Amino acid sequence: MAPLLTGVDLHKAFGRTRALRGAGLTVAAGEIVAVIGPSGSGKSTLLRCLAAIIAPDAGEVRLDGRRIDDLPDRTRTGLRRSEFGFVFPFGQLVPELPAAENVALPLLLAGAPRRRSLAAARDWLTRLGLPDAADRRPADLSGGEAQRVALARALIARPRVVFADEPTGALDSVAADQVMDLLVDAARAQRTGVVLVTHEPRVSAYADRTVLVRDGAA
Amino acid sequence: MTVSYALLGLLEEADRHGYDLKQSYDRRFGAARPVRFGQIYRTLAQLTRDGRIEVTAVESGAGPDRKRYAITPEGVADLDAWLGEPAEPEPMLQSVLFTKVVLALLSGRPAATFLDAQRVKHLDAMRELTAERRRSPGTQAAMLADYRLFHIEADLRWIDHAEARLAALAEEVRDGTPADRG
Ligand SMILES: Nc1ncnc2c1ncn2[C@@H]1O[C@H](COP(=O)(O)OP(=O)(O)OP(=O)(O)O)[C@@H](O)[C@H]1O
Ligand SMILES: [Mg+2]
Repeated sequence: MAPLLTGVDLHKAFGRTRALRGAGLTVAAGEIVAVIGPSGSGKSTLLRCLAAIIAPDAGEVRLDGRRIDDLPDRTRTGLRRSEFGFVFPFGQLVPELPAAENVALPLLLAGAPRRRSLAAARDWLTRLGLPDAADRRPADLSGGEAQRVALARALIARPRVVFADEPTGALDSVAADQVMDLLVDAARAQRTGVVLVTHEPRVSAYADRTVLVRDGAA
Repeated sequence: MTVSYALLGLLEEADRHGYDLKQSYDRRFGAARPVRFGQIYRTLAQLTRDGRIEVTAVESGAGPDRKRYAITPEGVADLDAWLGEPAEPEPMLQSVLFTKVVLALLSGRPAATFLDAQRVKHLDAMRELTAERRRSPGTQAAMLADYRLFHIEADLRWIDHAEARLAALAEEVRDGTPADRG
């Protein structure tokens, strides 16, 4: 498989803390790679470097062979919106907006027409088993429902890569299985690469491959 | 032990021949590890001697499968009692993993290397089981896979925990005295 996203020999320090010391990772289209390792080992920092949220001090990140780590801030922001989707453990939905609008956000930000974006959002919510959640706000959803809404939002713009940092962190095992089944099926169907950070072996077992991060190296 | 109660349960549902019992057992409980005929017939003989089941019909013909078995009231009471009694959690100190870690530390072998290799093996097993569960057609098969997954996961958590505490454990094992549990 030709690599879709590659990080090579990444280094990142926060003051005296050397969070990454030569970490690397490769994801192919449609491939799910789990990142595991002890707390503080640098998993989230690795994910944020790969997703062009932060710039590494050294090393490089390539998407389709093109360097993305050294792009200017504004270009990186645009790239994240158009090419990447994100799922975090909780608190990522806009509390004022109903679920359908939350899901439609990536399309709206990309300038898609409102009516069509909301219709696509409703389709996604139905696909993820939440046909009745469209008009509810995040506060009126259970944790598992909110995570599925977040998943729909991460996938709706058909990103090249989904970055998921502890996507099941706040869920029980039944809700976690549901979220992971949906994520894996969607990633396979639309050939999305997935970088999945988790401390739960059950969740990492959904991945095609597991990468162990230890002391900032992988 | 468990097999005899499984057979009692199947006989409570309906009278059955030995062959039928094996088929039902494998379908419901066997999964990757089918029970052998020999064990079925040995268990049935024992249960009959104990009065927990009885032979209700013997058909003409050869082979051990001409008997038809039924559960007795004693068998039902026994099954009730077993189901009502919580099982002992496994005594983990006896486990192979723990023994290997202590032995490695005692003999100056690299315990961390052993734990890393074990982690890879466990993660591989979980990945296979997860794929199997995602393919499995019914809730029963999925839940059997889940049972194994949760147990392997428990081992993995212990492996991570042990690895983080290896230095303290090594000191304690070498000195033969409990170290300060910080
Ligand atoms: N923005 C930051 N400023 C300062 N230090 C940071 C920052 N982000 C991360 N670190 C430090 O870098 C190290 C790696 O952190 P990181 O969040 O990548 O770990 P992690 O593997 O994701 O841990 P966990 O499993 O607990 O989420 C830690 O020591 C952390 O304190
Ligand atoms: Mg983290």
